[in-house]
Amino acid sequence: MGGFKGGGLNMSISIRSLTLNEYLLPGNASCPGCPASIGLRMLGKALEGRYVLVIPACCSTIIEGPYPKSSYGVPVLNIAFAASPSAAAGIKAGFEVLGKGDIHVVVWAGDGGTADIGMASLSGAAERNDDIIYICYDNEAYMNTGIQRSSATPYAAWTTTTITGKSEHKKNLPMIMAAHKIPYVATASVAYPLDFVVKVRKAASIRGMKYIHLHSPCPTGWRFPSDKTVEVGRLAVQTGLWPLYEIDHGVFKLSDICKPLLDKRNRKPIEEYIKIQGRFSRISKEQLAELERYVESLWNEIALMIEKSKMSEGGC
Amino acid sequence: MLKQLSWLILLLEVVELSYILPVSKPSEGASGFTGIWRSFKPVIDVGKCRKCLLCWLYCPEAAIKRVGDDYMSVEVDYRYCKGCGICANECPFKAIIMVKEG
Ligand SMILES: Cc1ncc(C[n+]2csc(CCOP(=O)(O)OP(=O)(O)O)c2C)c(N)n1
Ligand code: SF4
Ligand code: SF4
Ligand code: SF4
Ligand SMILES: [Mg+2]
Repeated sequence: MGGFKGGGLNMSISIRSLTLNEYLLPGNASCPGCPASIGLRMLGKALEGRYVLVIPACCSTIIEGPYPKSSYGVPVLNIAFAASPSAAAGIKAGFEVLGKGDIHVVVWAGDGGTADIGMASLSGAAERNDDIIYICYDNEAYMNTGIQRSSATPYAAWTTTTITGKSEHKKNLPMIMAAHKIPYVATASVAYPLDFVVKVRKAASIRGMKYIHLHSPCPTGWRFPSDKTVEVGRLAVQTGLWPLYEIDHGVFKLSDICKPLLDKRNRKPIEEYIKIQGRFSRISKEQLAELERYVESLWNEIALMIEKSKMSEGGC
Repeated sequence: MLKQLSWLILLLEVVELSYILPVSKPSEGASGFTGIWRSFKPVIDVGKCRKCLLCWLYCPEAAIKRVGDDYMSVEVDYRYCKGCGICANECPFKAIIMVKEG
């Protein structure tokens, strides 16, 4: 993978170029090592305060803190689960009328709020191509209510409602969003913050519906030590389980960090990712083999999409 | 009448609208001084630090401060650092160690 351990370094922007201003303020309620916090901090640095947040119930509403204080340096609308994309579209329309159309409206929602409970209105906003940025921070379960499985929980993972390991695979949300033909879809990881910042800025430069899916390893729910958040996130990418890519106006582009992974030999063994997480501690050989098949098919699909995008770009 | 109204507006501003309407205000320490949660604390060895800023980038709490004339030196804000250890784990030069509190 080259370069530093923090692979997100060989990007088109540098750490130094990020603003010193913070939009997630210290002294908030997140667990030590929280991935949502890393994501929220980077979101603030990407948009430098020119945004408002719409947040349905999730860990990030708790991180926000109790009234009369807020840990977020920007205005936040807290709203019922299924309403966030529509509410965001309404706020954006209001800004347009007031001549403040340059303020970005960002939905920041969990995987439960996105893949399950908010799915219908998210699909509606995508179909209408509402001018919002939707970011799903994916900690792969309903963490805030006690680690219940969501449709984004991966196969074989323990949660309090899948005590022998989940029997279904993770729902492929980014691809479902791409099927709506919205102008911009991207995957990102808290382990590669600069890549995430670049993608958020790209999304902000595009009019219409933008969707970014941010992989967010959660020490509390995944059962790993709090200092391993970034390491686990990096392994998810390096093993091929969480590919980083963009679909920019229909054109699929594998992110540079992941290009070597097209060759199977460059992917780390899945065990490296699995073994440091308590939620996979009881995984069987068969389940591991099934996860390996899943990664294989994921990358076969990616190879096909790259081919297809090359063809359409070539004008065939 | 108009005079009374302007007085009322002034009064509202003084008492702070935010405490009358249920609107929270951005504040550090919304959940207190979270440094007291810590059981291990990160200690930076300035001699080993190569100023790569990765610890600043990854700290979930914004508890690593950029200091010095060029903002290229790093310092821990122990009032809020929760002791997660990510900075120590990510430092490529092993310049941060976690020391037991107490
Ligand atoms: C309509 C509705 N159903 C259920 C809840 C309870 N609830 C609050 S947060 C939450 C979990 C959200 O999970 P996710 O979106 O993944 O966010 P996370 O907590 O993992 O950050 C649930 C079920 C609710 N607030 N409203
Ligand atoms: S449960 Fe996970 S995502 Fe939620 S606050 Fe704790 S570490 Fe963050
Ligand atoms: S990560 Fe290590 S070397 Fe880099 S700035 Fe922090 S302490 Fe210094
Ligand atoms: S231990 Fe965690 S909270 Fe404290 S400075 Fe390091 S990364 Fe930040
Ligand atoms: Mg979740």
